[in-house]
Amino acid sequence: MAEEKKMAGFVCTGCGIGERLDAGQLETTATRDGKMNTCVQHDMLCSKEGVQVIRDTIDNDGATHVMIAACSRRAKVEAFNFPEVAMTRANLREGVIWVRPDTDENKETTQEMADDYIRMACAEAKFSTKPSKSGEQELNKTIMVVGGGITGMTAAMEAAAAGYPVQLIEKSGALGGRIAEYYKVLPTRSPYATPQESSIAEMAAAIEADDKITVHLNSTLAQTSGAPGRFSVDVATESGSTSNFTCGAIAQATGFTPFDANKLPEFGYDKSADVVTNHELEALAKAANGGPIKRPSDGKEITSVAFVQNAGQCSDEENKLAYFSGVTDLVSIKQAMYFKELNGDCDTTILFNNLRTPGAAGEDFYRAGQEAMVLFSKGIVSEVVPGDSLTVKFKDMILNEDAEMDCDLVVLAVGMEPNSGPDPYYATEGAGAPQEGEELTDEEKEERAAAANEVSVDSILNLDYRQGTDLPQLKYGFNDSHFICFPYETRRTGIYAAGPVRRPMDIQQARDDAAGATMKAIQAAENAGKGMAAHPRAGDLSYPSFRKEGCTQCKRCTVECPFGAINEDEKRYPLFNEARCRRCGTCMGACPVRVISFENYSIDTVGQQIKNVEIPEEWDEKPRILVLACENDAYPALDQAAMNGVEINPWARVIPVRCLGSVSLSWITDSLNNGYDGIVLMGCQRGEDYQCHFVRGSAMAAERMSKVGDTLQTLNLEPERVVVHEVAITDIERAPKLINDMAETIEKIGMSPFKF
Amino acid sequence: MSTNSQKYRNSFLKEVEANVEEGEWVKMCMQCGVCAGSCPLGKHWDHPPQEIFMMIRAGKREEVLTSDSMWMCTSCYNCIARCPRGLPITHIMHGLATYAKRLGLAPKNQPTQGFSQLFWDNLMKKGRVNELKMGLSMYFKDGFAQGVKNAMANQKLGQNMMKAKRMNAMEIMGGHGVKSPGDLAKIIKKAQEIEDGKIQDFS
Repeated sequence: MAEEKKMAGFVCTGCGIGERLDAGQLETTATRDGKMNTCVQHDMLCSKEGVQVIRDTIDNDGATHVMIAACSRRAKVEAFNFPEVAMTRANLREGVIWVRPDTDENKETTQEMADDYIRMACAEAKFSTKPSKSGEQELNKTIMVVGGGITGMTAAMEAAAAGYPVQLIEKSGALGGRIAEYYKVLPTRSPYATPQESSIAEMAAAIEADDKITVHLNSTLAQTSGAPGRFSVDVATESGSTSNFTCGAIAQATGFTPFDANKLPEFGYDKSADVVTNHELEALAKAANGGPIKRPSDGKEITSVAFVQNAGQCSDEENKLAYFSGVTDLVSIKQAMYFKELNGDCDTTILFNNLRTPGAAGEDFYRAGQEAMVLFSKGIVSEVVPGDSLTVKFKDMILNEDAEMDCDLVVLAVGMEPNSGPDPYYATEGAGAPQEGEELTDEEKEERAAAANEVSVDSILNLDYRQGTDLPQLKYGFNDSHFICFPYETRRTGIYAAGPVRRPMDIQQARDDAAGATMKAIQAAENAGKGMAAHPRAGDLSYPSFRKEGCTQCKRCTVECPFGAINEDEKRYPLFNEARCRRCGTCMGACPVRVISFENYSIDTVGQQIKNVEIPEEWDEKPRILVLACENDAYPALDQAAMNGVEINPWARVIPVRCLGSVSLSWITDSLNNGYDGIVLMGCQRGEDYQCHFVRGSAMAAERMSKVGDTLQTLNLEPERVVVHEVAITDIERAPKLINDMAETIEKIGMSPFKF
Repeated sequence: MSTNSQKYRNSFLKEVEANVEEGEWVKMCMQCGVCAGSCPLGKHWDHPPQEIFMMIRAGKREEVLTSDSMWMCTSCYNCIARCPRGLPITHIMHGLATYAKRLGLAPKNQPTQGFSQLFWDNLMKKGRVNELKMGLSMYFKDGFAQGVKNAMANQKLGQNMMKAKRMNAMEIMGGHGVKSPGDLAKIIKKAQEIEDGKIQDFS
């Protein structure tokens, strides 16, 4: 910023801060050490009058930087909301007085803690600038929906109903997807007793009639480039013509493919036409046109049918699905009821191992099937022997004996596989990635990458992103998202997955999913227009930029960004796409030459906090512990601990970070050189069941910190001085304990020799 | 033995539904096994109720109807109280036993069945149970020598019952009964006719 900095400090003496601490000294610290131009006290800064004091200072005195020393930065955010200035907070309440006992012998160390937090907040303010939108894109209200099945149709209708124009892309020649091929669907209304007609036809008509929705049939995406708010999409039609439009956000509802029953030779799918999958049975029932369902082989009216549940799913065998598709037991009950409806006195036997009937229809529909004389038998099918009459061999799990039965038709209840594009990270993080402890030679890596190309499927989105064409996957081809907190969110900002491409689900769930993802897409488009971040830093205006002169084009930021936000420009410099960015700072932590920064979060804003903590001389026997705590889980856990009165060691100085992935190794080296005695890093759980709000940040940090041992060795320091912990938001007792443990460790191994 | 074309089909299930008291509930069993685990005499059953229900679905007609399992039921109602699907299991067991006996398939020399027959015959004579004769016929069901042994072993019990006027030695002469045994016989006969009329032929 070109204009002159005017720094204003405010010290709140409410909530007991004034009684516990020497506010006058805090004020002095802020002006003398913190170089605040002004500093005032107020006995309740978050009150209307207190806020007015700050507001007046900004409006009348032209303050550009504001330092508020009061409670945690997570408290009173509505009161302390001054978007027109760069603002920092010194956490004197949760960070100091609530975690220290109110006794005379602790008074000195408590005051030292508070003074340090003031110095830190002042330093942070000094090196921050006010975040403002990049203006990279304006509001674009159009939502593109990829996939014209029940999920995509629902998403399109939801978006249109909310007043947002929709571009609906469908690969085939008609809307409706798989459900259009179904005879009937699961009941959605009480008493959940009989299969019902699907609403596909009415929905297709409604979409046709809706002038907010543009339907592209026989179309695929040739290229999707840009970012939320300014996606540019090239649509290719089967006839070869192309068209282009722009959109603000995307909902991907590409659905699923039934598991290939040819992979199940034991069930004779390839040998007999009378062994069909649950999807093929729908076609048979539809073809019956209200009459009895006939056998595919000879057209005989079917009088008995056996359903083989879990065909190729819930299996630990290779080439089968390891997961259950959730809905297939209900589907078999529904299909057995087709026979009861259409084939008169037809025997229907469902051979199950674990019968699971979740959802609203679940138990009622199961009972309805039993009422209709569908026969349920707990048996694991081993073989289907083809013949004029099919023989199903199975183990009866109740009577504990081998059994067999004859029937006219066998239906295999196969599972659902997501229609995902190729996983951008197949060879690095996905199924082809090296397992733990596995070291691959370059040759092996090449082999895997080649294998990945072989198994890979056609791209769906054809994203023009440096990090691959499609949504990253977590497992089994389902796209990666933060399943607990942000289920619709993918690792590509502004692109939301819905329906069975996200996880196996039934129609009703898919429709709910579509509504949810559409709302998220709308939110993303709106946020992009305002230059604001999507979750979890929703509303954040800051975005990363880099100092071009310093950049070595090492590409680490473009590779390590968990969200594929960073492309390369024609001169091979990183090209940040503000609207794709989640503002985690993983790029900042990755950059070896420290040129990436946000307006209010940079190498300096944290580095200067570290430097401005007063390090007492060695003989003072007052160690200093630097705690870098993830603002998503660890920092709230510490706040909560403070509310519960859990004590934290007085040597600790806690700095919240956006994600452990944003931690620069330079902070670690600098603090060790400055004489800190121990460093505690607190991030979220990493690995397959990660809790990291930025997916890969915590894992990246762990990887980078594994190399910190070398630094410690060159400094001739003990490796115990730097620890990385996974902390959950519920670790209210544990998080403070981890800090206190470090204090004990320092007591054992002694103070750092780097004090001066 | 049933052929493959009957196994795990509805044929026997339909027969049970038509001819066994409360048999229409069998199809609602969800095979959780709570009944089997709840039965205090479970270990004496060849097939707990859960298995019986499965055997019915598997089409094991002979095996089910000749089984002595359902005769083991003491009507404690534990299974009914606990069945999450609300099946009247005790009643189904009695219904199956009755149906097996009707078809002449019930196991011979099954003690519960023998007792039930004695009780019925005794009751039908006068419309009231003659305790003395009932007791004696139980004592002597396995022959004269065994009967004397049984009587001697329970001598004290008998005497106490007489003292307490719970049993009367004079009952041996004929004993008490309902006012009009002939009318009772007519009622029973009519009831049996109705029941017979409802039975469907599945043979």
